Amino acid sequence: MKRRRQETWLGWGLVAPSLLLFALVYLYPVAYSAWVSVYEWDLATPARYVGLQNYRALWSAEFGEVVANTVSYSVGVVVLSQALGLALALALNNRTRLGALFQASIFSSYVVSWVAVSLLWIWLLDPQYGLVTYLLRLVGLPSVNWLGDHRIALWSLVLVTVWKTVGYPLVIYLAGLQAIPGDLLEAAALDGAGSWQRFRHITWPLLAPTSLFLLITLTVASFQGFDIVRIMTQGGPVTATMIYVYYIYEQAFQYFKLGKASAAVVIFFALIVGLTFLQWLLFRRRLHYTA
Amino acid sequence: MTSSSPLIRAFTIAALAAVALVEVFPYLWMLTTSLKDLPSVTQFPPTLLPHPPRWDNYARAWSSGPFLHYAMNNVIQTLGILVLQLFFGCLAGYGFSKARFRGRDACFLIVIACLVVPPQVRFVPLYMLFSKLGLLNTYASLIVPYAVSALGTFLIREAFMQISDDIVDAARVDGAGVLTIIFRIMAPIARPTLVACSLFSVVYHWNDFFWPLVMTTNEAVRTLPIGVAMLREEGTGARWHIIMAGSMFVVAPVLVVFAVAQRHIIRAFTFTSLK
Repeated sequence: MKRRRQETWLGWGLVAPSLLLFALVYLYPVAYSAWVSVYEWDLATPARYVGLQNYRALWSAEFGEVVANTVSYSVGVVVLSQALGLALALALNNRTRLGALFQASIFSSYVVSWVAVSLLWIWLLDPQYGLVTYLLRLVGLPSVNWLGDHRIALWSLVLVTVWKTVGYPLVIYLAGLQAIPGDLLEAAALDGAGSWQRFRHITWPLLAPTSLFLLITLTVASFQGFDIVRIMTQGGPVTATMIYVYYIYEQAFQYFKLGKASAAVVIFFALIVGLTFLQWLLFRRRLHYTA
Repeated sequence: MTSSSPLIRAFTIAALAAVALVEVFPYLWMLTTSLKDLPSVTQFPPTLLPHPPRWDNYARAWSSGPFLHYAMNNVIQTLGILVLQLFFGCLAGYGFSKARFRGRDACFLIVIACLVVPPQVRFVPLYMLFSKLGLLNTYASLIVPYAVSALGTFLIREAFMQISDDIVDAARVDGAGVLTIIFRIMAPIARPTLVACSLFSVVYHWNDFFWPLVMTTNEAVRTLPIGVAMLREEGTGARWHIIMAGSMFVVAPVLVVFAVAQRHIIRAFTFTSLK
C-alpha cells in the first residue's frame, strides 16, 4: 500500500512539470484566443464585449481574399510538391551512391532557414540584375516581374516554397516505396505488366496511405506559411500575397485589433484540428486494414 | 524501377541531375555573390566567379549590426530549448511509460492534444502574457514557450515503452534512484530517438524567424535570422553581396551539420513525422 502511494507521488512528480508547462504555453493560449475573440480590444482602451461581431467582421471581401490566397497557395504547394516528390522518389528508388547524393542535395534546402531562402530568391528573381532574369533573356524569353506583378507574385511564392520543401515529400515517398514488397512488382513484370501498368495497379494503390498522409501534413504546413511572405512581399503587391497567418500577424501587431486577430486564430485552429482529426480517422482505418 | 532500358535509365539520371542542379546551384550563386564587389553585383549580364574574391564582405556584413550578439543569442535560444525539451521529455516520458499511477493515461491525452496546437495559434496570447509579465525581450520569452515539446514527449514515451521492465526493476533492486534510471539507463538505450528529436529541434529553432520576430524588439536578445532579415531592410539599394554574406551566417552552420550528419537528419525528419 505504501509502495503504491510512493509510486503515485513519483509518477505525478515526473509528469507534473511538463503538464504545467503544456497547460501554460499550449492550452492557455487556445482558451485565451477563444475568450478575446468575443471582445473588441486595441490594447490602449479597455476591452469591450461584442459577442460574435469579430467573426462577422471577418465575413468581408478583404478576408475572403485572404482565404482565397491561402487556398491558392496551399493547393499550388501541395499539388506541385507532392507530384514532383513522387516523381523524384520513383526515379531514386534504387539505392545507388549517385542516388543518395541526389537525394541529399534535393533535401538540403528543407533544413535551410526560410529567411535565407527568401532573401536568396529575391536576389535571383531581381528584375534588373537577377540570375533568373538573365537566364530568361538568354533563351529569348521576356522578363517577368516575379514579385511585383499582382497576378504572378503568389505563384512565385508557390514555386520558391516547392523548391525549398520538395525534399520532404521525396523522402516520405521513398520510405513508402521501400515498404512495397519487391517480389510483387517482379511477379507482375513476369506476367508481362509494363512499367506504367505496374505503377498504376500496384505502386500507386499501395502508396495511397503515404499520399494521404502527405496531403494532410503538407496542407497543414502550407497553411502555416509566414516567413516567406514577410520577407519577400509583405503581403503585396497590394494584398495579392496576403495569406492567413500574415493576416493574423498584421491585425494583431500592425492594427492592434486583438479581438479580430483572435477570431481569425480560432478559425485557423478549428481548421487544423479538423484536418488532423481527418488524418487520424484515415490513419486508423489503414491500421485496421493492415492488421 | 525494375528492368528498364539503358535509354530510360540515362534519361532518368539526366532529369535527376537537372533537378539536383536547380536545387543546389542557387546556393553556389549565394556564395559567389557574397564574394563579389558592388560593381560586379550590378553588372548585367552577371559573371559567375568573383575576381578577386572579396572576403571582407563577410567582415562588413558581420559589423553592419551586432552580429556577435545575434549569433550568441541564437546559440543560447537553440541550446536552451534543446536541453529543456530533453530534460522534461525524459522525465515525462518515464512517468507516462514506466510509473504506474491513476490518471496517467488521461493526463497523456493532454500531451496528445498539444500536438495540434501550432505556434501560429500560440503567438498572440503568449505575446500578451509575456508583455503583462514584463518578459518581452528576454530569453524566457524565446525559450519557455518551447520548453516542452508535445512531439518530443510523445516519441520519448514510445521509445521508453519499448524498454523492458526487467531492466528498470533490476536497476531499482540495485538501489538506483529514479533520475539515475532515467538518465543513465533509459536515455542511452533510447539514444536513436533522442538524437532524432534533438536534430529536429536544433534545426527548427536555429532557423526560427517567426517566434523571435514576435517576442523581441531589442537587439540585445534578437537572433541571427532577424539580424539577417534586417540587413535588407536597412540597406540602401543593391547591397546583395553584403546580404548574401550575412545569409551565410545562418545557412553555413546548418549545411555543415547536414553534410556531416545528413543520413541522421533525413531519418530524423521522416521518423518524427511517420510516427
